[in-house]
Amino acid sequence: MPGISNENKPLISKKIDRFFIGLASAFSFVKRFFQEAFKPPFEFREIMRQSYEIGYRSLPLISLTGFIVGIVFTNQSRPSLTEFGATSWLPALISIAVVRAMGPLVTALIAAGKVGSSIGAEIGSMKVTEQIDAMEVSAINPFKYLVVTRTVATTFMIPILVMYTDFVALMGSFLSVNANELVSLSTFFVQVFEAISFLDLFSSIIKSLVFGFTIGIVGCYKGYNSSKGTEGVGKAANASVVMAMFLIFIEELLFLQIVNAIRYA
Amino acid sequence: MHNEENEKVVKIRGLKKSFDENHVLMGVDLDLYKGENLVVLGKSGSGKSVLIKIMVGLLTQDEGDIEILGKNTAGLSLKEFNKLRLKIGFSFQHSALYDSMTVKENLVFPLTRNIKGLTRKEIDKKVDELLDAVGLPQSVNQMPSELSGGQKKRIGVARTLILNPEIMLYDEPTAGLDPITCGDINKLITQVREQFNTSSIVITHDLTCAKATGDRMAVLLDGQFKAVGTFEEVFNNASDQRVKSFYDYNFIK
Ligand SMILES: Nc1ncnc2c1ncn2[C@@H]1O[C@H](COP(=O)(O)OP(=O)(O)O)[C@@H](O)[C@H]1O
Ligand SMILES: [Mg+2]
Repeated sequence: MPGISNENKPLISKKIDRFFIGLASAFSFVKRFFQEAFKPPFEFREIMRQSYEIGYRSLPLISLTGFIVGIVFTNQSRPSLTEFGATSWLPALISIAVVRAMGPLVTALIAAGKVGSSIGAEIGSMKVTEQIDAMEVSAINPFKYLVVTRTVATTFMIPILVMYTDFVALMGSFLSVNANELVSLSTFFVQVFEAISFLDLFSSIIKSLVFGFTIGIVGCYKGYNSSKGTEGVGKAANASVVMAMFLIFIEELLFLQIVNAIRYA
Repeated sequence: MHNEENEKVVKIRGLKKSFDENHVLMGVDLDLYKGENLVVLGKSGSGKSVLIKIMVGLLTQDEGDIEILGKNTAGLSLKEFNKLRLKIGFSFQHSALYDSMTVKENLVFPLTRNIKGLTRKEIDKKVDELLDAVGLPQSVNQMPSELSGGQKKRIGVARTLILNPEIMLYDEPTAGLDPITCGDINKLITQVREQFNTSSIVITHDLTCAKATGDRMAVLLDGQFKAVGTFEEVFNNASDQRVKSFYDYNFIK
């Protein structure tokens, strides 16, 4: 039908069109999250279950990575400080690096890999096997039950995990500082806390909330929109990780600009 | 049988649906009478699933009206539509069981989410009753992954029956099953109608299933119902060669 084919002509080019259509659908997905999240029922049980899953899934890897990052970063920084005879600044330096940047970033990236991919795969497979449709036809709101619960869970679990990572990384750092500079645990932590300001803590928490939201919503979005077939599930899982990591880096950069603007205002 | 009562539970008029250039439904008219089993036949890709998915709001039509239990679906709010959805049971082609839940949880999930204030005893009783009805009481604590294809279909049917629907929609209930299991599922479909007083639309491209379960047949061809009537009416007096060939394909091959 010649009359109809006109409407399907790409506006700019097919690829760019698709990009903007994708962007629009992502925005409406996020919008829907905020519309549904504040309407009862709140699905507390499911949120708790998801939170537990998230913590349980990422804890081992986060512990290991945090600890090693603490040790490695301390050992790598030591030579530069030794040149200036300033090794006593190590705890302060590590503290700032961990709380401001490394803790949130390391945690978010690991969670994007572990949690984001599993959310993408889980929801993707529910989509592909029509389990989401099955909820819909039995008058259950799948968006609320699946998307809102998971996204709320990641949003609040990531900040908790970040604090844990911060702690583990600082402990790793302490081991190194204790062995080399013979600093006691209490002295180490006094210096650690002196170095960080309220702004550091506050922005770290806000940033972690945003990272957590990103991981959850991206995983859900990619899963919810996964294409048919088992191949679609793998793609959804993979795309969740790539997209979440990409956004996390962009957000990290934006936060850095904003916080620095506040700090040096 | 329906001629005496003539009560229509589903009335579809002028239904159209396209996906871009793919014109799937092009003016579908269909009536489902109370208490009957209507079989919808059509080759793969002819739009059978699209038709029943539009009925339950998983897809939306481009044009046309659907009246279910006296309500035009187009004008309903989501809340009203959800109320109507509870009266329609939908058996998915691949069962669509919640694979992270046990069989029992699969049944309890739609029940407790839609009917508040049930006691544990009432819930258990209802689950037992439904699993008995589909002949799988022993599967109550199994996971979907432990079930065979035919068993999954049965649990899927039980899950939708738990809300006491008035209309059942079966999407290819016998597809991918061995002939013996097919026969069992056909029996189940007939039994469900007796036991739960449902009116059903059974989608299939398997004429044995059609013959066993259907009071009337409707053949979907080129986006419209080309032949509607009893099995004999449709296939003995088939004027359309393609309706005939459908029969030949099933029984001669
Ligand atoms: N969600 C969809 N998006 C695009 N095309 C679809 C969608 N669902 C079905 N179709 C197309 O509609 C046609 C009919 O599909 P369907 O109703 O599933 O066939 P069947 O009769 O085998 O059940 C097919 O060509 C299919 O590709
Ligand atoms: Mg189909």
